[in-house]
Amino acid sequence: MSLLVPDSGLLFWMLLSFGIVFFVLAKFGFPIITKMVEERKQYIDHSLVIAKEANEQLANIKAEGESILAKANEEQMRILKEAGEARERIVREAKEQARIEGDKLLAEARRQIQTEKEDAIRDIRRQVAILSVDIAEKVLRKNLDTNKEQMQMIDRMLDELTNVSKN
Amino acid sequence: MKILKYIFGIILCLMMALPIKASNHSETGKVDAKEIVFHHVQDAYEWHITSWNNKHVTISLPIIVHSKESGWHCFSSAHLLHGEGETYEGFKIATEGNYEGKVVEIKSNGEEVRPFDISITKTVLSLFINCFIVIGIILYTARWYKKSSPDSPAPKGFIGFMEMFIMMIEEDVIKSCIGKDYKKYSPYLLTAFFFIFINNIMGLIPVFPGGGNVTGNIAITLVLAVCTFIAVNVFGTKEYWKEILWPEVPTFLKCPIPLMPAIELFGIFTKPFALMIRLFANIFAGHSIILALTSIIFVTASMGAAISTSMSIVSVLFSIFMNCVEVLVAFIQAYVFTMLSSVFIGMSRVEPHHH
Repeated sequence: MSLLVPDSGLLFWMLLSFGIVFFVLAKFGFPIITKMVEERKQYIDHSLVIAKEANEQLANIKAEGESILAKANEEQMRILKEAGEARERIVREAKEQARIEGDKLLAEARRQIQTEKEDAIRDIRRQVAILSVDIAEKVLRKNLDTNKEQMQMIDRMLDELTNVSKN
Repeated sequence: MKILKYIFGIILCLMMALPIKASNHSETGKVDAKEIVFHHVQDAYEWHITSWNNKHVTISLPIIVHSKESGWHCFSSAHLLHGEGETYEGFKIATEGNYEGKVVEIKSNGEEVRPFDISITKTVLSLFINCFIVIGIILYTARWYKKSSPDSPAPKGFIGFMEMFIMMIEEDVIKSCIGKDYKKYSPYLLTAFFFIFINNIMGLIPVFPGGGNVTGNIAITLVLAVCTFIAVNVFGTKEYWKEILWPEVPTFLKCPIPLMPAIELFGIFTKPFALMIRLFANIFAGHSIILALTSIIFVTASMGAAISTSMSIVSVLFSIFMNCVEVLVAFIQAYVFTMLSSVFIGMSRVEPHHH
């Protein structure tokens, strides 16, 4: 049964050495390791939180960027539309203007033509009158070669004139 | 890894066979398996490494004794071990009686008394070696952590393995069993774990630095159990003591005769006692079985070639198996000791229940 009786010498050495081992490891061993592991764990957790935040921020920035892009697109569309409208308006106005101007020019031309036509007519009339007078003169000159005829003529004319004044 | 372990196991067995053959077979001619086993598992004043051509290669260890009459004595065990019953400075190693195998002092009247004996025996030397290994391993690991900061990358290789090992015990055993103020106890429990584990593993290595039966020795497990006893009871909460001395049971069970308190008080001592016996018995049994299996080879050696050869094969196969099991047991027993200590400590940290 000596196996079950603790030997005093061994007990003494065991107490001593286990005490030393415990003291050394509890002071310089395990707490350092566990503390550092704990700190690293916290650091990793912290880093994860930060990374998550950063991710969220990134997502926000992305969303913001997208919204800005969308807004810019909209703006572009709007501007393009406005530009199109403006162009159309300008073209329309220009057309209108051109039409008015054209009308004006046309009217002017017409008026000018009219006046020139009138001038021409007047001219022609005058020419005709001159010609008829000339012709009449020539006719008359031929007819009034004699004094008698001249007198007859004068008389008739006088008659005519007096008739006109009587009437 | 697995193949390596098997190869390791085979080498273990082969090496284990050597010293036994040399030391026992040659002396008596007949193999006494019981003697082999007990010789190994018990303490010795020398460390027998091997025998070579009938020459023993042993390490003589110092004998340190204190006699009431003549004070302290310190001398090499070689003085006592040259022959049977040799005396030196009035001391000899008893060959019979209560103190068989121990150093005794021979008084002037011929009476043999046991002096106060703190000799560095085989077990003590193994204990020292193993303590150095434990301290070495843990401080080597701790040195890395001292140099690093929380943002440096996690360690690799051996330190990474140790971190995993330490944190497994810390997180899965200590933290989960004790609860919120586990930090106060974790250095002790981790020390106990690695101390037991290294001693168990070293005990499985059959050649010199290992092979000592340290944790299979009741004195060692006694000290460990006492430490757990102190950790449990000295730092117990008021609620813990209240539950022991005045448990919540019907009054007749505790008032005239304190039946339940007596049982509970008894329980305080049985818990560490169970720890002590469990560790001792497991490791002791493991060593005994492996040695007994190895002894089969030498017991059957005289029974003819056929039996001898076949039994040798059986023995080696069983030894390999047992060694593998023992590696597992070495871990499990350290784990169980730590876990039960944690559980007992956890039980002593109870907070008052709110009804």
